[in-house]
Amino acid sequence: MRGFSRAIAKIYHNEAGHNERKNPVHNLIRASFRGIAMEFLLDINDMHCRFDDTTVVDGLSLHMQPGCLACLLGPSGCGKTTVLRAIAGFQPIVSGEIKLNGRLVSSHNVQVPPEKRGLGMVFQDYALFPHLSVANNIGFGLRGKSVKERTRIADKLLELVGMESHGKRYPHELSGGQQQRIALARALAPKPGLLLLDEPFSNLDVELRERLATDVRAILKSQGTAALFVTHDQHEAFVMGERIGVMHQGRIRQWDTAINLYYEPAERFVADFIGQGRLIEGRMVNANSVQTPLGTIEVNRAYPWRDGTAVDVLLRPNDIVISRESNIRCRILDRAFKGADTLYTLALANGDDVLSLASSHQDYSVGQEIGVAVNAEHLIIFQR
Amino acid sequence: MTTELSVNAGTLPRRSLFHRHGWHIATMALAAIVAMPLLLIFSGWLQAENEVWRHLSETVLADLVGNTLVLLVGVMLGVLLLGVGLAWLTALCDFPGRCFFDWALMLPLAVPAYVLAFVALGVLDYAGPLQTQLRSLFGDGVWFPQIRSTGGVISVLVLVLYPYVYMLTRSAFLTQGQGTLEAARILGLGPWGGFFKVALPMARPAIVAGTSLALMETLADFGTVAVFNYDTFTTAIYKAWFGLFNLQAASQLASLLLLFVALALIAEGRLRGRARYHETGCRSPQQRHHLVGIRAWLATLAAASLFGLAFVFPVLQLLLWAWEVVRNDLDSRYLALLWHTLLLVSLAAVLTVCGALLLAFAKRYRDDAVNSVAVRIATLGYAMPGSVLAIGVMLTFTGIDNFINALWRLFGNAASGQLLGGTVAALLMAYLVRFLAVAFGPIDSGLGRIRPSIAEAARSLGAAPRELLQRVYLPLLRPGLLTALLLVLVDVMKEMPATQLLRPFGWDTLAVRIYEMTSEGEWERAALPAITLILAGLLPVIYLVRRSGHDAPSPQASPREPMNKSGRRWV
Repeated sequence: MRGFSRAIAKIYHNEAGHNERKNPVHNLIRASFRGIAMEFLLDINDMHCRFDDTTVVDGLSLHMQPGCLACLLGPSGCGKTTVLRAIAGFQPIVSGEIKLNGRLVSSHNVQVPPEKRGLGMVFQDYALFPHLSVANNIGFGLRGKSVKERTRIADKLLELVGMESHGKRYPHELSGGQQQRIALARALAPKPGLLLLDEPFSNLDVELRERLATDVRAILKSQGTAALFVTHDQHEAFVMGERIGVMHQGRIRQWDTAINLYYEPAERFVADFIGQGRLIEGRMVNANSVQTPLGTIEVNRAYPWRDGTAVDVLLRPNDIVISRESNIRCRILDRAFKGADTLYTLALANGDDVLSLASSHQDYSVGQEIGVAVNAEHLIIFQR
Repeated sequence: MTTELSVNAGTLPRRSLFHRHGWHIATMALAAIVAMPLLLIFSGWLQAENEVWRHLSETVLADLVGNTLVLLVGVMLGVLLLGVGLAWLTALCDFPGRCFFDWALMLPLAVPAYVLAFVALGVLDYAGPLQTQLRSLFGDGVWFPQIRSTGGVISVLVLVLYPYVYMLTRSAFLTQGQGTLEAARILGLGPWGGFFKVALPMARPAIVAGTSLALMETLADFGTVAVFNYDTFTTAIYKAWFGLFNLQAASQLASLLLLFVALALIAEGRLRGRARYHETGCRSPQQRHHLVGIRAWLATLAAASLFGLAFVFPVLQLLLWAWEVVRNDLDSRYLALLWHTLLLVSLAAVLTVCGALLLAFAKRYRDDAVNSVAVRIATLGYAMPGSVLAIGVMLTFTGIDNFINALWRLFGNAASGQLLGGTVAALLMAYLVRFLAVAFGPIDSGLGRIRPSIAEAARSLGAAPRELLQRVYLPLLRPGLLTALLLVLVDVMKEMPATQLLRPFGWDTLAVRIYEMTSEGEWERAALPAITLILAGLLPVIYLVRRSGHDAPSPQASPREPMNKSGRRWV
């Protein structure tokens, strides 16, 4: 369904330009699918953002359904925060368009101010109002409601985020995690259709981060609120995001589920960025097998390249197992004890190195030669 | 473009000129108000030299330059010695009474220089009570230092101005942290080596900044040198205007004084270099060096005698004098004077704070080249001595009057003469120009503490710009606005030379009253307005003391920044 509606959206938007009147077929498609295209909660098409002369967002498209939890994941400087700020209305866009529920809110000549977009936002530094109590912070966005009604809503949200009895406190009297919860409650109070979260857990310590991420996910799901959040931490993205967009150089490289990003990366950058692993050199023997320094490996699908094509093979640490019988020998370059497992860095004959995650029951030392075998369910190959 | 207030309309191209350039118009207007007097003063050199100027340059100019240089060097040495020395004592050492002197040594900041000057003269001069008493005890031959001398002027100015150096250096020492000094000790320096090679160089930007403030005040000073009959540029400007009624000669003298100011500013920039006051992250409390025995008591004696001379002595003497005259002088005329002063001062403060608020918001919303240059020009006025500024404002208003009159005549009406020149408007403009920077400082730093995300959060919660201002900015800025208001209020109240030159008939202030009384040698009758000024001046000083008592403010407020329950925060 997602791919289908995306295709329709593409047609619908591409023809909106110069050939609108010339092409009756496109006009027909546009007319008949308008209803479907309108279903998108958030609909970004070919958006460009620029700071002075630097292009930060370079032709990004993104489509979100109501109720979806989505995540933009990428290294710092990839433009993900800019995307979020453009959606919120703080960042003007150079070209392309942003639509919320079918309503155009940003284009090269339109910029609906943030307060008129009906979005919620949770900021990286929480941005709680220091001069207002927790309850008044939550009630800030509830205008046109009686004091009684506001108090009721604030109490309900405090309960939702598990902070009853904190309403009279001031932000500086709360811990980081508590401030985070209040920021979430405040953003949820006006019942936004879409919640934007900018690196929401980056100011918290690791343990708290994971617990809060799970909590926030549960809260959002219970409210049925769609959320788009931005992070550079893949574990956070895996916990929170039903759909994850991996961003690089101002574009979404892959928009997919966590498991697909890990096992079916669409391109080299995604393979490298998500999870651990190494790309090693190889050569296609035939459509179903590839010759590598670790032997000839069977591939679980057919690749269309000619035999003998130079390729790179992605090997995750759990793809390589230590095996006494194997006659492929590797020297251990480094070992990192992780508790249940040990992560070994192994040197191959051609100078490349690979990672192998092995149970820590058996311990090997650096410099030792061991036999290894490839045991890969999903093998990803990129043409060199 | 990512501004919070400027993006008002839904669509961009239809926004009006004012929408797009509103902030530029505002900042450039304020910059023009500040720049106009300066430009007009220097444009005086374009006109042919006149007789009076030639006379001035042949007779008094060499004296003026010499006197000014002597004064500058003397005050500089004095404030460095007292300011840095005392800062070292209270920040890095421990001696009996340190906790008290730590803040008490800032109090002389509340005493205007001209007040200490006339108190010193009144008590210590030949005819004063002290020398009379000494003569009656030891006969006529008793020697006493001549107070009405270069040394006397310098001493008075040093006693009043050293707190600038003291406050900045003290907080520099306090924020250096124990770590750097300990690192110096580990690397082989003794305690004195550590002080001279590490603590002092690290505090250099603060020392230079404090000294430069003191020297600016010295250059701008009119009241002190007038009381002592010590000729400097400010008194010469005054005489050229009121004695010779020659605005042009006055403006040429003013431009020379401005050259001195410019040189001082350049020197400050050079000396400070690229260093700024910066704190190292750690705020481990300084472990103070415990002075013991005679040294400890010598330290106490030094601090006490300075505090006594600079604060206790003038305040007690003024109270004594005021007590003598209070029954006669505290009449309806004095209350009217007080009322006029308050009215003028409040008008000026509100006007200046509004200007500063506009500048600060413009800088926040549109931090582009135009605005940053405009803001820099608009905050230059603090460097202009009051007498120079008065000349510049006078020239500006004369120009405006001439223009209006010319227009008037064009339509066939008779010229109406002076329109705005002698009005309160001229005085208010002078105060605005001079104190815009004073108000801008606390407001700008207050605004800087409001993280942009706070404003963005309000907007994402549906607050339109006006609501944002009312519900977020103004409540959060309140402490900064109050500081700015208070500082300008007291500064305007103390301001003497510009008020003296520009005030319309009947608009006397406390400072003008003090000048009138002291120029006739009626010390007792100047005491009542003087003590009023000191009491008013204590308000911002106490405020500053409380602020510096807490550790130095951090540039960015962290979410957990300490603040009391009402949300009030010391800026």
